[in-house]
Amino acid sequence: MAAKSRHLASPTSEPASVRWMLILVGLAFMALFIVLPVIAVFSEAFRQGLGAYWESLHNADAQSAIRLTLMVAAIAVPLNVVFGVCASWAIAKFEFKGKAFLITLIDLPFSVSPVISGLVYVLLFGSGSILGPWLKSYGIEILFAVPGIVLATIFVTFPFVARELIPLMQDQGSGDEEAALSLGASGWQTFWRVTLPNIRWGLLYGVLLCNARAMGEFGAVAVVSGKIRGQTTTMPLQVEMFYNEYQGTAAFALASLLAMLALVTLVLKTALEWRFGDELAATGRGH
Amino acid sequence: MMRFRQPSVIPGFGLTLGFTIAYFSLIILVPLIALVLRSAGIGWSGFWAAALDPRVLAALRTSFVTALIAAAINVVFGTLIAWVLVRYRFPGRRIFDAMVDLPFALPTAVAGISLTAIYAPNGIIGQLVAPLGWRIAYTPIGITIAMIFIGLPFVVRTIQPILEEVSKEVEEASATLGASRFQTISRVLLPSLTPAILTGFALAFARAVGEYGSVIFIAGNIPFVSEIAPLLIVIRLEEFNYQGAAVIATVMLVISFLMLFVLNLIQAWSRRRYGYGS
Amino acid sequence: MEVRVQNVRKEFDRFPALHDVSLDIASGELIALLGPSGSGKTTLLRLIAGLERPTAGKIFFGNEDASEKTVQERNIGFVFQHYALFRHMTILENVSFGLEVRPRATRPPKAEIRRRARELLDLVQLSGLEKRYPSQLSGGQRQRVALARALAIEPRVLLLDEPFGALDAQVRRELRKWLREIHDRTGHTTVFVTHDQEEALELADRLCVMSQGKIEQVGTPDTVYDTPQSPFVFGFIGESSALPVTIENGDIRLEGRSIGVSTSEPNGSAQLYFRPHDIELIESDAALSGHVVTSRRVGGTRRVELDIGGAHRVEIDLPFDHPAAERSQIVFRPRRWTLFPDR
Repeated sequence: MAAKSRHLASPTSEPASVRWMLILVGLAFMALFIVLPVIAVFSEAFRQGLGAYWESLHNADAQSAIRLTLMVAAIAVPLNVVFGVCASWAIAKFEFKGKAFLITLIDLPFSVSPVISGLVYVLLFGSGSILGPWLKSYGIEILFAVPGIVLATIFVTFPFVARELIPLMQDQGSGDEEAALSLGASGWQTFWRVTLPNIRWGLLYGVLLCNARAMGEFGAVAVVSGKIRGQTTTMPLQVEMFYNEYQGTAAFALASLLAMLALVTLVLKTALEWRFGDELAATGRGH
Repeated sequence: MMRFRQPSVIPGFGLTLGFTIAYFSLIILVPLIALVLRSAGIGWSGFWAAALDPRVLAALRTSFVTALIAAAINVVFGTLIAWVLVRYRFPGRRIFDAMVDLPFALPTAVAGISLTAIYAPNGIIGQLVAPLGWRIAYTPIGITIAMIFIGLPFVVRTIQPILEEVSKEVEEASATLGASRFQTISRVLLPSLTPAILTGFALAFARAVGEYGSVIFIAGNIPFVSEIAPLLIVIRLEEFNYQGAAVIATVMLVISFLMLFVLNLIQAWSRRRYGYGS
Repeated sequence: MEVRVQNVRKEFDRFPALHDVSLDIASGELIALLGPSGSGKTTLLRLIAGLERPTAGKIFFGNEDASEKTVQERNIGFVFQHYALFRHMTILENVSFGLEVRPRATRPPKAEIRRRARELLDLVQLSGLEKRYPSQLSGGQRQRVALARALAIEPRVLLLDEPFGALDAQVRRELRKWLREIHDRTGHTTVFVTHDQEEALELADRLCVMSQGKIEQVGTPDTVYDTPQSPFVFGFIGESSALPVTIENGDIRLEGRSIGVSTSEPNGSAQLYFRPHDIELIESDAALSGHVVTSRRVGGTRRVELDIGGAHRVEIDLPFDHPAAERSQIVFRPRRWTLFPDR
């Protein structure tokens, strides 16, 4: 029956020609706007050869930027994990007034421009404020120092872990915890031995995304850092500095590390989705 | 009398909710209040004078117009990409699906310098259009391109799950009623995606308006032409004009919250009418 | 419109779903495609609709070969199990859709479309809900909208795929009766798919019983129930018990013992089928005899399960107040039965 007339087209699909055209248009758009910039980072980084690349990564400024970035992430991410677990425990396991409003509030930092996220700390701790000079009199520097950078980073990465865990724990309900408690487990035992194993993949997923943003944050950190070379420049800020000083290779070499971080994050995230897709929160992928 | 919370055997309510609220207040709420107080500190007339400054207005206009255009382009191509990823099977589909999230993962400053390298007059695409007398980098077109980059995943990831849920039966029903494939897509499928498309648009737009890192390198930052509002905040800070910065920030915050409100309205409307909230 | 299915075969990825099926459907009749899941009944319905293409064979609407027509051109009304209503359209817009998408030349004026849609909503007893959205209706109401929507295009054939499958029992029964009324009023040739024999027996003019991609039997509900043509049909429709028997010179024997009924079938082994209520209690040695395993009252009858030896169990029905139900041993023989010789 090779009566391959137009009639053989399925009523719920498009002709092959249309299909391939749409695929091509979609892929071309993605290639141009999404993939090309990533490729460009690496090609610019290696433009002057491997030696120049290697050298620019061993530059003292680059090294101190890498150290600072790792340190900031090492403080900000765990704090947001503790917050994320607490918030999702309170929201998923209990019914209380104002819950929906609280969930909206947690997402708030996503709708604030990163620059504003930094600005609020400048206004809170800056020279014109009450807090800043007072703390300074005790020798505590917040602004243009590491604490400010950490605070700004926490602000922008605030929702990541919580918004991953809340829907996940809501889906799982409280049955397991109630069973554990009825068997005589204490609250802590229940959390460590029942809840945590249930949410570990979702937690890892949230940590991945939170960490990627924490290490890559630019706008908020730029505002509070003061950009003191070797002291308060994180990797993205150092990238900007090199770039503005026309040190293209150095800028892109450092940027390539951040791009690598992004790619690794993406690979792990995708692996988690493929492997544990049904265990991760069904809602709100993205961000 | 309604209780504040329903009774439960599970422990830890006070501890976790207390910590959540304390942490939220310290990190988010108090600083935001400081911002609003600071911009209110200069009084009503001072506020308006700062907000209606021509350079501020121009920057806000640049930010909003470019973000609108970028979000509109993203809606068209984001819908198409979501469609292709959900409906068609082709080699490499899952890799492309994963790559949609690149802009979420790639630090904005990295995207910024990379886009600039591509679209600058000596970059691979800049070179192509330079002979035609076109400039992309250092113009509002460049800003738009950076905003397309960071906004695309919001549109794709909002539409994708909703499109996956559309049952084949609905399309078959449309065909049995005599609708052509084009009519089925334009009158049945796309309208049923409207709430998701609107949500994706609003998310991409909100993100683009506030975007800083990926835009400032490619923007050129010429006052009144390609200067975006977040950059003007930074400039005001560098001039130690804290109140000026606070005023622009407050205006942008109010607009963001309005967007958030509109988003919630879309979702409430969609749940009521379509039986789903995207 | 009469529909003829001629030697249709359908394979999905080389897996045969229908083997050489032929079926004539008379104009104006209400026919049920009945079978277990995987029997090919839905595939057959979708082939008639044009939602699938036959691998071989033809489908005629009247004298016109419909196999060469797309689903859009066939002008059929299709009702889906899960309603498939357009959720962004009001009820009225849903019903009007089929007329709205017609090419300008054949599209009625707007006012006329609205009038006809309202008329149909009246027919399915949903007047007043025109402005509602599908998510605001109950399952039964949604299915009635789906039917009105299918009828709006004045279909030549009405096809329903497990139309009541997603509804609860009460609503099912109501809609069943109501569908029959609608059919009697509009007279559309109607084919519906179901796996529920009660539904098929009650609703259809004719049944088409299917199994494993083949048609087992076509006939009126009475014929199919009373004279099943295959062991499958006997087992699938109504209650039945089966016993492996041998035939010796016209005498039917179970494990060598005569059971007191005779046949004109030639010697050999066969399966004896009978229904629980088609039995008579007798006092004789030449009969089936078994001891009571369970005895349950079901409404006005008592369903007794008997162990008749040799690991064979059968079910019989007795009036609930019959004294035999008190006994531990019951002797009976089938009053009506069918033999299917083993091959």
